[in-house]
Amino acid sequence: MSLQLRNVALRLGEQTVLRDVSLELAPGEVVGLLGRNGAGKTSLLRLASGTWLPDAGDVLFEGRALSDFPRSLLAQKIAVVPQDLHVPFPFRVGEVVLMGRGPYQRWLGFESSHDIECAQRALERMGILHLADRRIPELSGGERQLVLIARALAQEPDCLLLDEPTAFLDLEHRIRVLEVVRELVASGASALLVSHDLSLAARCCERLLLLADGRVAAEGAPGEVLRADTLRRVLGFSATVIEGPDGLPLVVPELGRKDSVERGA
Amino acid sequence: MKHLTAGRLGAVLLASLGVLVVCLAIGLVTGPSGISPGAALDALLHPAESGALADIVWRIRVPRLLLAAGVGASLAVAGVIFQALLRNPLADPFILGVSGGAALGGISVLVLGTWIGVGAGAAPLAAFAGAIGTTLLLYGMAAVRGRVSATQLLLTGVVFNAFASAGIVFLASIAGLADGSRIFLWLIGNLSAARTDMGIVVGVFLVVGLGVALSLARGLNLLALGDEAAAQLGMAVERQKKILLLATSLMVGAAVSVSGLVGFVGLIVPHLLRLVLGPDHRLLVPASALLGAAFLVLCDTLARSLLGGRELPVGAITALVGGPLFLVLLRRNSDRSFTA
Repeated sequence: MSLQLRNVALRLGEQTVLRDVSLELAPGEVVGLLGRNGAGKTSLLRLASGTWLPDAGDVLFEGRALSDFPRSLLAQKIAVVPQDLHVPFPFRVGEVVLMGRGPYQRWLGFESSHDIECAQRALERMGILHLADRRIPELSGGERQLVLIARALAQEPDCLLLDEPTAFLDLEHRIRVLEVVRELVASGASALLVSHDLSLAARCCERLLLLADGRVAAEGAPGEVLRADTLRRVLGFSATVIEGPDGLPLVVPELGRKDSVERGA
Repeated sequence: MKHLTAGRLGAVLLASLGVLVVCLAIGLVTGPSGISPGAALDALLHPAESGALADIVWRIRVPRLLLAAGVGASLAVAGVIFQALLRNPLADPFILGVSGGAALGGISVLVLGTWIGVGAGAAPLAAFAGAIGTTLLLYGMAAVRGRVSATQLLLTGVVFNAFASAGIVFLASIAGLADGSRIFLWLIGNLSAARTDMGIVVGVFLVVGLGVALSLARGLNLLALGDEAAAQLGMAVERQKKILLLATSLMVGAAVSVSGLVGFVGLIVPHLLRLVLGPDHRLLVPASALLGAAFLVLCDTLARSLLGGRELPVGAITALVGGPLFLVLLRRNSDRSFTA
């Protein structure tokens, strides 16, 4: 197993955000994390990256507790793509992507030619090499998202955690991002993908995990999880789920029919 | 793709060093005693043969120049660090209240010293004690559950500065006329009455602060992305923030103890350099040290010479020069560099 969360629980103040959640990521696997706003997806990602510690349960990477890893080693293994990027100072795109090489650098060191190469390849892979010398505050939301993914790629991680990486992207770039994730996984990494785009997640992920009120509400292959009754019960909307030409489920929401009769998948 | 190379760093350091040397040279040959530049240089290089001239150069001008350079470098580096630590481009070395604590300590001794049997010469030491006390208080208040939160730090600093101001106003109102003008000079920032032996304290804490900032310069870059992202990119965030906070507070405390509250150096030098060099702290920290020193040396030279025999407080010069310059920069670059 690459990443394992075993019966984790998390409380923030009075509120229990996650309870008894278990999740395993195998090498070569993309798992999709679905759920409503506030269901605990981002919190789960923070536990999975070792940013927060769980109040109960264990988080292990390759069998070893995350808290046992030095931070820089952990950042060589696990990369996080956060929802957005805000900097108070006008860093350039290239500089931010090179920060992804930070875990490999010594305290005072300059970037090596290998670091530069890695950053350049990551920018190229995301199709934003031409933005390398632009300043972050000048970018659009979608461009910032591509920069964050490039930074994570520059980390050369074994495990990639993505928090709605395609929220601000056009469809072409959404597809590109998911292709990049698939490529990384094909070379032996694993990935956890938070997404609200159910049909796209079904095409990118081996397994889906549906989170509701801090618990796992459903888990399994896309076809098992994306069922009209489950969607209505857990995500709170009515939809018709049909089978796409690729044999995977397509979710077609029904507008203005909140109380419509359930239809089978 | 632009990135930092050793060559670029070297070029920037060499240029900054050049500016500092020129400013020091101007300061060396400027003064009320009307020594010609040639004679001043001669006295500097061959003190044994120059008699009284060597005394003026070596006992008065050189210590004063070094003091101005040390204070300027300390304040500029502290400004860079606090701006990164608080993720706030408007932070300055005095924002966290360390200066307020130092002011309260120093002014207490100025005003109450005669009652408790301490001379005004002890004021810098009391100021430094005040700075250390404030740093400890900041730590205690802001380090809740092992995390140093920027908001907590800022709020604590603002409140403590207000408290210290009230204390200073109280002390000033019970002080006599002579003490009152000393307090005024101290609050506006002044090097004329500085004890040069305190320069050693400034130097020591500058070396420590600069060393910490240089070795953690990449961490300062990461902090710009936020604590969470910095941790996810491999930085031991809480530990490094605590080290930075401690080293910087002591550096500010030492500088303020000697010179009082010299404003604008810590705000304007980092900003100016960020505009020219970009926000990479591996360049910004050493360049700020050298050019902060140069800026204060130049301002202090102006303060010593503008009115002929009478000295102006250097803090008035930094504010008079720095204020308009800052506004011009802010206006010219409002579209990108100051807001993200």
